Amino acid sequence: MSDTLAPLRNIPDRLNSRAFRTFRSWESLLLAVAVAIFVVNSFTSPYFLNAWNLSDATFNFTEKAMIAFAMALLIIAGEIDLSVASIIALASTAMGLAVQHGAGTPELVAIGLTVGLLCGAFNAVFVTVLGLPSIVVTIGTMSLFRGISYIILGDDAFRGYPTSFAWFGQGYIYWVFTVEMLFFVIIAVIYGVLLHKTSFGRSVYAIGNNPTGALFSGIRVQRVKFILFLLTGLMSGVAAICLTSRLGSTRPSIAQGMELEVVTMVVLGGVNILGGSGSIPGVVIAAFVMGLVTFGLGLLNVPGIVMSIFIGLLLIGVIALPRLWTMAARAKKR
Amino acid sequence: MLSRKIPVRETILAGAIGLLLILAASRFSGFVAPANLANVFNDTAPLIILALGQMVVILTRCIDLSVAANLALTGMAVAMINVAFPDLPIPVIIAIAILLGGLMGAINGILVWKLSIPPIVVTLGTMTIFRGMIFLISDGKWVNSHEMSASFTGFPRAEILGLPILSWAAIVAVVIFAVVMSRTPLGRSIYAVGGNPHAAVYTGINVGKTQFFAFVISGALAGLTGYLWVARYAVAYVDIAGGFELEVVAACVIGGISIAGGIGSVGGAVLGALFLGVVKNALPVVNISPFWQLAISGSAILIAVAFNASAGRTKGRIILKSAEKST
Repeated sequence: MSDTLAPLRNIPDRLNSRAFRTFRSWESLLLAVAVAIFVVNSFTSPYFLNAWNLSDATFNFTEKAMIAFAMALLIIAGEIDLSVASIIALASTAMGLAVQHGAGTPELVAIGLTVGLLCGAFNAVFVTVLGLPSIVVTIGTMSLFRGISYIILGDDAFRGYPTSFAWFGQGYIYWVFTVEMLFFVIIAVIYGVLLHKTSFGRSVYAIGNNPTGALFSGIRVQRVKFILFLLTGLMSGVAAICLTSRLGSTRPSIAQGMELEVVTMVVLGGVNILGGSGSIPGVVIAAFVMGLVTFGLGLLNVPGIVMSIFIGLLLIGVIALPRLWTMAARAKKR
Repeated sequence: MLSRKIPVRETILAGAIGLLLILAASRFSGFVAPANLANVFNDTAPLIILALGQMVVILTRCIDLSVAANLALTGMAVAMINVAFPDLPIPVIIAIAILLGGLMGAINGILVWKLSIPPIVVTLGTMTIFRGMIFLISDGKWVNSHEMSASFTGFPRAEILGLPILSWAAIVAVVIFAVVMSRTPLGRSIYAVGGNPHAAVYTGINVGKTQFFAFVISGALAGLTGYLWVARYAVAYVDIAGGFELEVVAACVIGGISIAGGIGSVGGAVLGALFLGVVKNALPVVNISPFWQLAISGSAILIAVAFNASAGRTKGRIILKSAEKST
């Protein structure tokens, strides 16, 4: 968004060691924050260090994190998708409609994923084929998709999902480990490999840093962006399945405001909102940080609306801290 | 005498609004009665005022997602002040509202200017902080109409020349902004910063400071609207104007303000807000369920952004676009 002049580059006479670079990385700072929060929570509430409680706490972030991984790639590429929560609402509504017509669990899963993909494709066409700015397109489709949900449902709700469907959002693999947590881990690994170990991932970084340069380097810029929007749509479909399964019902207001929480998670994870840099491990740690904060505050009976103050401060603070540190260090050198 | 080009975007948008009015009138002729049109305008006044502030911010290549939370916090603050000091004069309350809103805008501005944090991240964070602070200062309680003084709730409803003061506030804001944006150094620097920030630096404009002023203006207008909103509806609680920030951005987009900065007009912002206002008020009149409003607004945004983009394409971009599409 803001395009201030880039700071003067300082070319070092030698690179720091790998260990030093890792220590100074964003992920390490975030990890330290996560550890600090964990320790503080352990002392402030006797109920925090309980395996089943911690397991329940993961529901706070697993669904959002699934979307956050795809969103991270999109933001690194210089775009954004604010319609993800509305896609959840529409996919959930579609699944609810299907239940009314006797659909079973496999059909519901197929419908959820398909609707997610179609919504992603809809966004992709506007952004890549028509060349429109993604923040505006997805503000429009945010209203459109949820609007369709409201047209279908009004102020009613869908219920009566099949028992086997509950596995996704309420099932456990073994002991305290939930199905959602398993999905979270698998999806994190997939996106980590995709972004950090493939040429596709490198093209995402290239596009985010300089789309014109990437174009003339032979990267199919619009095709990559198209795929990224499909991925955010698909992951929203997955999240819709998990969330609908966990709640057991569908309202048109389902997942309201979740898109901003997803963006917060991505930015907190160290992804530059202007594109070009970021990592999946960062987003994973950010997911845990946000989950631990909301869970810990919940145990202390802090109202949900007040929790948002902590999240907001965390978001600005974690980004502001390194800059303040840099400014202070630079002032010393002068 | 040189004749200026008629602004195409604004003309088409005005035409679209006119078409909407005709459609509504064909189903219910009373809709276009002057009294009802005045009501529609009055209902849309808060959106118009906020859209002006958002326009200024977007023109500088920033975005302010905290306007609705700012409005809600300021509204709650002045409502509680009115409960504690019922005899405080209205001008003092309005001054407090504007200062409070401006202060919150300044917080956004400082973070964007001095720490170079992206505006969408700053205002995403402050949006949640401001919204949460409403709960802290009010302890989750509502301020209801019977707790507000008669002068507090009466002010935006009082009529001058047949229009409520709320409507006049919007009209005055529009006039002031029309003058400032086209006739003052600040207005010019706002367009310059959005159009080409690097070039703006070399003409002596402080980019960060200009963006700071934009956020202060947006915040101050949110504060003013906070008082007007709370007094008009005679209630204050944590969730007022929930999600309204996206409506404000939508009004700007529909009005032709480019999200990439530097392009847009006061007229566009006003017409964008009026378009959404007319849609909202017309639906019940023509027996369309209010549940359709969200989808219609979303479609309008997509149509508007697609139209504005195609109208704004330059020849140079067409060549590049063709090359891009061939890959």
